[in-house]
Amino acid sequence: MVPLLSLKQFFNDMRRQKLRTLMTTFGIFWGTCAIVLLFAFGKGITEAQLKSQRGLGENIAIFWPGITSKEFKGLPKGRRIRFTEDDIAMIKARATTVSRISPEYSRWSVTIKHGKNTYNQQVIGIWPEFGEMRNIIPDVGSRFINDLDIAGRRRVIFIGDRLKEDLFGSEPAVGETILLDGVPFTVIGVMKEKKQDSSYSGRDNRKGFIPSSTFKTMYSARRLNDFVVQCKPELTMKQTKDEIYGILGGRYKFDPTDTEALSVWDTTEGFAFLKTFFMAFSAFLVGIGVATLITGGIGVTNIMNVVLEERTKEIGIKMALGARKSMILSQFVVETLMITAVGGLSGFLFAYLIVSIFPYLNLDEFIGVPMIDTSIGLLAVVLIGIVGFTAGIFPARRAANLQPVQALKLF
Amino acid sequence: MIEMKELRKAYTTGKVEFEALKGIDLSIKHSEMVAVVGPSGSGKSTLMNIIGCLDVPTSGEYRLEDDPVNEMTSNQLADIRNKKIGFVFQAFNLLPYATAYENIEVPLLFARVSGKKRRERVNELLARVGLADKAGNKPTEMSGGEMQRTAIARSLANDPDLILADEPTGNLDSKSGGEIVKIFHELWSAGKTVIIITHDMNIAEQAQRIIRLKDGLVEGNGNLA
Ligand SMILES: Nc1ncnc2c1ncn2[C@@H]1O[C@H](COP(=O)(O)OP(=O)(O)O)[C@@H](O)[C@H]1O
Ligand SMILES: [Mg+2]
Repeated sequence: MVPLLSLKQFFNDMRRQKLRTLMTTFGIFWGTCAIVLLFAFGKGITEAQLKSQRGLGENIAIFWPGITSKEFKGLPKGRRIRFTEDDIAMIKARATTVSRISPEYSRWSVTIKHGKNTYNQQVIGIWPEFGEMRNIIPDVGSRFINDLDIAGRRRVIFIGDRLKEDLFGSEPAVGETILLDGVPFTVIGVMKEKKQDSSYSGRDNRKGFIPSSTFKTMYSARRLNDFVVQCKPELTMKQTKDEIYGILGGRYKFDPTDTEALSVWDTTEGFAFLKTFFMAFSAFLVGIGVATLITGGIGVTNIMNVVLEERTKEIGIKMALGARKSMILSQFVVETLMITAVGGLSGFLFAYLIVSIFPYLNLDEFIGVPMIDTSIGLLAVVLIGIVGFTAGIFPARRAANLQPVQALKLF
Repeated sequence: MIEMKELRKAYTTGKVEFEALKGIDLSIKHSEMVAVVGPSGSGKSTLMNIIGCLDVPTSGEYRLEDDPVNEMTSNQLADIRNKKIGFVFQAFNLLPYATAYENIEVPLLFARVSGKKRRERVNELLARVGLADKAGNKPTEMSGGEMQRTAIARSLANDPDLILADEPTGNLDSKSGGEIVKIFHELWSAGKTVIIITHDMNIAEQAQRIIRLKDGLVEGNGNLA
């Protein structure tokens, strides 16, 4: 048990020195609140950006046909390189760096009809893996294209959430039949809403997705519009690209170093940029946080110093009246701990309150949803507490180590 | 009660050392009333602070009730200041933000006197110094005489044997000063050992003995003729 003078004395002192107690508590309240909010918003913004980037898919690259720019084994440059679904099957069979791959047949303006609603939208033919790569998640009660659909060339369609709304409104869509250019298809799934800022051929939410085999038959398609590749998570996209250039280069006889032969969008490059950007952003936040802490700490220290004169005299009086050194110090310790706890906790709660009402302000499109990081809040409280504590305890210790008469006369 | 031998106290300000007490030999018995007089700067307060265990001598011996004060720990000294000695300052030294009641209560809190006893004791002391109706006043709401009476009540809180007063009337008008001196007289009559520093010969003459200090040495020390 701390040799506290007595709770009564303690609370009397706190109550009487209202201003100092209040200012110090407020300093800690403010510092904690500012830092917690800073990091909550920082995290919200970062997450929002990363999420919308992920809407396209993680670790993926898209390959389009290209035109050779180098002569190769006697063949001239300027040849068109295009590919078929068989090529993708070959890459899937041979490539060791690829985790997923899917061909993509595409038709831009397909008439999609349900009842009286008719829309012209893009329809693509893909493999089941396409969904996983591109973060296309089926909504409740839905499923994406599967292997049986491919094998059976089933006339089934998975639709984007906006397209579903256009066609069905709030009515259920799964199990219903819609017409694609007059051909009936059964809706097997609806995409769960997702945030997607980047795309290479329109947003997924207004597209229709059908099995590649069905697409091929229905439109007598031979060439792919493009294919999508996901590299193994432990590897880099560079390795995957090199491997695919090698495989297709062997097949279509182009120089594997001829980057123009295929047209590639490596989304991991953008991701790498975003990650660097947000690392810098985080560093910036840490900088502001540290500055806030220092400012808060100086504020607390100042308040402590303003009252130092009064406090030293008070300590002298108490010692003259028989207070032991440990009683005086423990009072300071408990006082600082209480002020820190109250200030820190209320600062944290206030920040929490702001963060909680934030989603109702409908601003999340711009800056995401702020997320509180408890450990940051705790860290802020502890750091400000240490500063305040140091500011309070050292003068107190110095005073308590004096002879009573010295403390009385110090100022 | 008090024995001092060759007691010296030096203050160092910057590089200059100044000896305020230059070898004091002193003996004060139980239940004596002693006045300490001497010109300003002669070392009266310095001596009184050492007697009251508020400061330590540079050298020499000080025994309080036969215990060597030099050898005591800071906690033992704190307990002595709390229970055995009551100190009254010229500048009152009340806690500015506390009421008369709360100021008097402080030494009782340090002595861990329980709530009910504490209340009784504070009220008894307030009545004794004639401040029963000022219990809730803060120092800023009291006259000098009332503040000094509060300080005296506070010094008596744990019923100490030794009462020390450093120019207790120095900041007071003669009427309030008279009341204060009367209280010290009563305390002495009740068996306490009382030591008062004063410039006022009228007050000094009420003591049994006058100790005269000059330049850090005891000049005269004897019973009044
Ligand atoms: N803390 C101190 N530091 C330096 N000198 C001091 C201190 N306190 C007292 N003195 C000096 O010691 C001498 C005695 O002071 P003091 O005991 O207060 O005298 P008195 O109470 O008799 O007027 C004075 O010359 C004073 O200036
Ligand atoms: Mg003096």
